Order: sequence, then C-alpha cells, then structure tokens
Amino acid sequence: MPKAKLPRKSTNIDMTAMCDVAFLLLTFFMLATKFKPEEPVVVKTPSSISDFPLPDEDILLLTVDSKGRIFFSVDNKVKRKALIENVNSERNLNLTDAEMNNFAIGASLGIQFSQLKSYLNLSADQQAEIGKTASGIPVDSTVLSVNNELAQWVKSARNTNPKLRICIKADGEASYPNIKKIISTLEGWKIFKFNLITNLKAIPAGTAAYEQKNSMAKAE
Amino acid sequence: MAEMDTSGGGHKKGPGVKKGKKLSTRVDLTPMVDLGFLLITFFMFTTTLAKPKTMEINMPYKDDLLKPEEKNKLKASVALTVLLSKNHRVYYYEGIGDDPNQAPDLKVTSFKAKDGIRDAIIAKKKMVDGMKRAGTLGPKDETTVLIKPDTTSTYSDLVNMLDEMNINDVKVYAIIDISDIEQGFIQATEAASAGQ
Repeated sequence: MPKAKLPRKSTNIDMTAMCDVAFLLLTFFMLATKFKPEEPVVVKTPSSISDFPLPDEDILLLTVDSKGRIFFSVDNKVKRKALIENVNSERNLNLTDAEMNNFAIGASLGIQFSQLKSYLNLSADQQAEIGKTASGIPVDSTVLSVNNELAQWVKSARNTNPKLRICIKADGEASYPNIKKIISTLEGWKIFKFNLITNLKAIPAGTAAYEQKNSMAKAE
Repeated sequence: MAEMDTSGGGHKKGPGVKKGKKLSTRVDLTPMVDLGFLLITFFMFTTTLAKPKTMEINMPYKDDLLKPEEKNKLKASVALTVLLSKNHRVYYYEGIGDDPNQAPDLKVTSFKAKDGIRDAIIAKKKMVDGMKRAGTLGPKDETTVLIKPDTTSTYSDLVNMLDEMNINDVKVYAIIDISDIEQGFIQATEAASAGQ
C-alpha cells in the first residue's frame, strides 16, 4: 500500500495577529491604569459588608497605622499648594515658595509643624525614609488645643476645598483611643459624616442585610 | 500583513538589465510580541482596578449649646448597650444602665458567627418588634444599639460592630464614650469569670 504523503507544512507562524492582540491589550492597560499611590505605611484595614466605592477626587485621607501614627494626604496638587499656603500663614511656618511646591508634589505627610521646614527641604527618597520613622501628625481631643495639629490641617484643607470628603484608613490593630481622638477632632469642626475605608467581605447568609439584598435581586 | 508585495508590478525588465537580489521583507515579530506582553504584565501588576470600598458613618450631631431638654430621650426598653473590650471581647446588656442601684446583667460574647453578638442583636430586634405589635411601644420606636468601646479595644472591633449594625439592619445606633461605672462592670464580670 502506498503511503499517503502528507504535504510538509511550514513551521513559520505568522506573529502579526498575536502582536495585534498584545498591543491592543497594552493600550487598554495603559489607558485604564491608575498607579497605586505611594503609601508611607502598610495598613491592614478591617473588613465590612459595605460596598460603597471610594470617590475619585476630593478626598482627604487620614491613614492610621497599627501604632496609631496619623498620616495626612489630599489628592489634588493645586489644592495642596493652596492648603500649604493657608497652613503657612496661619501657623507662621516661614516656608519658602520652593518648600511649598515640594509639599504640593509630595505624598502623605506624617510630621509635626516644627519639623516641616527641614522635611520639605529633603528629596523625595529621603522624605520617604523619614516617613517610616515619623511620629505622625499630633492630635488632641479638642480642636482648640494648639497641640492638635491635625485640626489645623483639616481646617485648612476644608477652607481650600469645601467639597472634601474625609476618609479614614486605619489599621485594624490601631487602638480605639487613637481613633477616638480623630473622630472628636472631626466632630469639633462639625464634621459628622465621614467614610471608613474597609475591605469587602461577603454578607453572612440568613441575616437581615442578606435577605434585603436577595429580595432586591429578585425584584430586578 | 507583515509581508509586502515586492513583485514589482509585473512588467519585465530588458535582457541587459541586472536583477538585484530579492531580499525577503518578512519581519520576525516574535521579539515585538515579547515586548508587548512584558509591558502588559507590568501594567497589569501596577494598576489598581479594584477601587477600595468605604463604609459611611454618620455621627450624631453634637453641640455644646444644645440644651438637655432638646435632646432626644431614649427609652430603656428599646436599647441594647454593647461594650467593646480587650482581646476582641464584647459585653452587652439590655437597657441603658442608668439605674445606679441595680447593676445590669452583663453577658460576655464575641464576634463569632454562632452565638455571637449578632444573635443578641437579632433577639433584641425580635423583642422590640413584639412589643410594638403588643402596643407597648409606639410605631416610631426603633431598636437602638449603644456602642461603647473602652480604651483597650481596637479599631477593628469598632468596624466589626458597625458592620453588625449594617448586617442586622439596625437603623439607630451611636458610638458613645464608656463611663467609669461601665468600666467597673467589665472588671467585675472579668473578676467573677476568673474566680470560677
């Protein structure tokens, strides 16, 4: 029986299609990406069933690590410039224009007013290094106290951008009195509505929230 | 697609004209694909697609100028007081504990799914609903949970407790400072359980 001769096929594959796909995906990721903001400390937030997403802009973020150190950040660069100018004039920090620009482009801040001037003269890498060992922004239980520097920051931030939404991102291990001080500072400025950043967890079955969600899904 | 037609239109050159050596215009795209996928991987890892979720809380309006008689009075029968203490322990009792002569009946529990604080809240809600049906309480009365974290509790306790409020659909709750008397209750309960 004669052998059926299979025609030899070339092993050369046309890569064009694959290249197209690769670059299509690349374009998607490049456009959709939003870089993770640099964080001074690692914070492990507790979980909740709340699924309200964090707004995109106008956020005042207070990061609290497990030792209770507070870091302060505001998102918009233009607003940051206005904010530092406001703080500078109210607290007489004698910051130069270059130092204030440095603040505007900087990341989260966890430093006292007394050290702020020297801190802002450092490069970004040195600032990050200091941020790891910084004592955090001092806070007190009343807004009127001079030592309550967080109150000053929050007040100036709200003056420069009244739409700010205040978010607290705290570590689950942070002790309650530290959180309490932040909450009473906010209450002192008549801010009674704020957001706590949490991880998402599933709603336990058989509870009121679970039934509510299920009945909503059925109605749709 | 990566190849181009180089056959030159079809007209033939004369016999004396030398033909240039035909070079292949086929380009190997493999390195380009490699590069593309490398960059995709980079962007995939650095991107934050999942936005963080937040829990919105409203603190009760507080004003030092508010007169005591303008404040809402809470009925003891709808209230459940929850004390958060160290090692994620939870103490709770019915009512608001305003009777100085009679110490409330403090129960110890935790955030575990079975027999935890959730069951206590559900039981309380059922009780309030029953009282509403019986007419002992008005239609506007709601189960109220008073959350009192003490100095040894952590932030995760607070968030867990607020989360229980959402889970069990408790509409009225408040975070209040713990009083020295209640701190004493916890110590007494701890001492009693240690003595057993």
